[in-house]
Amino acid sequence: MGRTVAQTIADTSRRHLLEHRGLLLGQCVTAVGWIGGTVPPLTEAEGIVELPMADVAGAGIAVGAAVVGRRPIYVIRYQGFMWYNAAPLLNYAAKSKAMWKVPCPIFVRSIAMEGGIGPVASGSQHGMVMRMPGMPVCAPMTPGEWLSAWEWFMGHDDPLYVSEHRRSFPLEHEMNPRRHARADVTVLAVSAARLNAIEAVERLAGEGITCDLFHLVWLKPFRPDDLVLESLARTGLGLVVDSDFEIAGPSRSIAHELMLAMSVPVHAQGLEDRTAGFAPHLDNGTPGVDAIAGRIRDLVERRRR
Amino acid sequence: MSRSAHLGSISGLAGKFAAATSLEMFRKICFNRFFELEVARVYDTGVMKAPIYLSIGQEHIPAAIATASTDFLIFAQHRAHGYYLSFGGDQGALVDELLHRPTGCAGGMGGSASIHDPRIGMFGHSGLMGDQVPIAVGAALGSGRRVLTVMGDASAEEDYVCSAMGYAATKRLPVLFVCEDNDLSILTPVATRRSWQLADVARAVGMAALDITDDPWLVAHHVSDLLDQLPAFVNVRTCRQVWHAGTGNDGEPEWNRFALIKETLTELGLGNEAAVIQEEARQRAARAWDERSPRR
Repeated sequence: MGRTVAQTIADTSRRHLLEHRGLLLGQCVTAVGWIGGTVPPLTEAEGIVELPMADVAGAGIAVGAAVVGRRPIYVIRYQGFMWYNAAPLLNYAAKSKAMWKVPCPIFVRSIAMEGGIGPVASGSQHGMVMRMPGMPVCAPMTPGEWLSAWEWFMGHDDPLYVSEHRRSFPLEHEMNPRRHARADVTVLAVSAARLNAIEAVERLAGEGITCDLFHLVWLKPFRPDDLVLESLARTGLGLVVDSDFEIAGPSRSIAHELMLAMSVPVHAQGLEDRTAGFAPHLDNGTPGVDAIAGRIRDLVERRRR
Repeated sequence: MSRSAHLGSISGLAGKFAAATSLEMFRKICFNRFFELEVARVYDTGVMKAPIYLSIGQEHIPAAIATASTDFLIFAQHRAHGYYLSFGGDQGALVDELLHRPTGCAGGMGGSASIHDPRIGMFGHSGLMGDQVPIAVGAALGSGRRVLTVMGDASAEEDYVCSAMGYAATKRLPVLFVCEDNDLSILTPVATRRSWQLADVARAVGMAALDITDDPWLVAHHVSDLLDQLPAFVNVRTCRQVWHAGTGNDGEPEWNRFALIKETLTELGLGNEAAVIQEEARQRAARAWDERSPRR
């Protein structure tokens, strides 16, 4: 048995606090499930800092700890709460190095989830961070990806926005790209959409639609690897699927960059442009397997016609 | 509490300071003031293309705090030239910053509003009013060092300021919160915006708090006392003589603290020394600008 993402985060955090004088700050981080088992059961004296239930102040306090060199891990339990937390993170931590040459390395664990949690807390919000300068953005879903994000953070003096998803916490396997010489379409998936895209691609294979599938971890800076570009050149058709909103969102932004790079149509699919309700039938979550498969099917069939 | 030039005054307090201390504080006050007057002069020539935030009329507050102690990390706001200078910031780098030069203290990126100097532990301000307060609290939490954070009476109303003060009180973090209260947000008086007093809020969350006038001896006296009981909050009633931004003014201020300070020094028998210090500061400030921005 390998380690899950949750165990990887907890173990790494424990070492950071106990061996590197790091800090872990957040609201209710020591409550009930210790954020899905991702927070090591340590004390305040050992570096676990419970913040007040005032998000903007809490984010500012975490930024203050960063600017004096403690390399804090800052946990945002619901990624929708970035609408509060964005102010100090994006206006101070992200700009400090450019403005004053003063590094402000803070590791922002911003956790998305979905399923009946309503209009505010649900979904990923990495798009709002991507559009502001100074804060790299990644969305790891596997233990290895999360560790690579951590190692990047510890090797640099920049803040890092880590768009986590609760569906990743129990995962213990890595995800490799799928490539086929005769693929019909190139699919690039982000965050929890990756899990749905894997199922959608498998379902479509049974229908005679073959997909190349790539997993995007680093959203900003976005540097598509050669395999992605080669695939797009070969299939001539792309789709970016994300767990953030589609309109003015990361999926469209990445699709735009790929289209400029390859001069082939690259489409986007993300959350719909509507408010989510709490009832399951009113939710607005990551595009599901049916939705992704349907979109790919439609794109491929339209081209065949 | 009623706003006045004498709020919280202690009779005979200035006389209890050593003459050398009073004169050194006056030296800082004068340099802050004449530096700002030089900024205003140069600004009015049109060479500065970004807004400036002058502290003329309240330049003695940072000088008074620095007289009590310079052992702080500093998180001030957009109106911070006086803090930068009083705590020993590089004046040449500040001149360059105001002239948008890459040799400025913020590489020309900060202008008047976002100055800093790591050598004196002064951090820049992002422009988001009041965000320096929670960041200062986090810096105290992370470093264990004594931290000074400065706000205005308007930015103090930001909700995150009050919650950050509450957290500092809860965790007993060594933060000195100072509000420079000129009773105005641009031109909107405090009474129009709120019925409560900042010092009452600070006391309510569990820290020592004072509401006093901007007499520099009074400020220095109380700051010295509070250093051993941080976190603490000091609301300083003051009157700026120029607009929120730029060099304009709306006539005489409610009180002219600079004139009152000189009266006190004269009463202390230090009038002649003060006059010499004032002239030296005027010349030093002029030189600081002439060396980097020759008069045309």
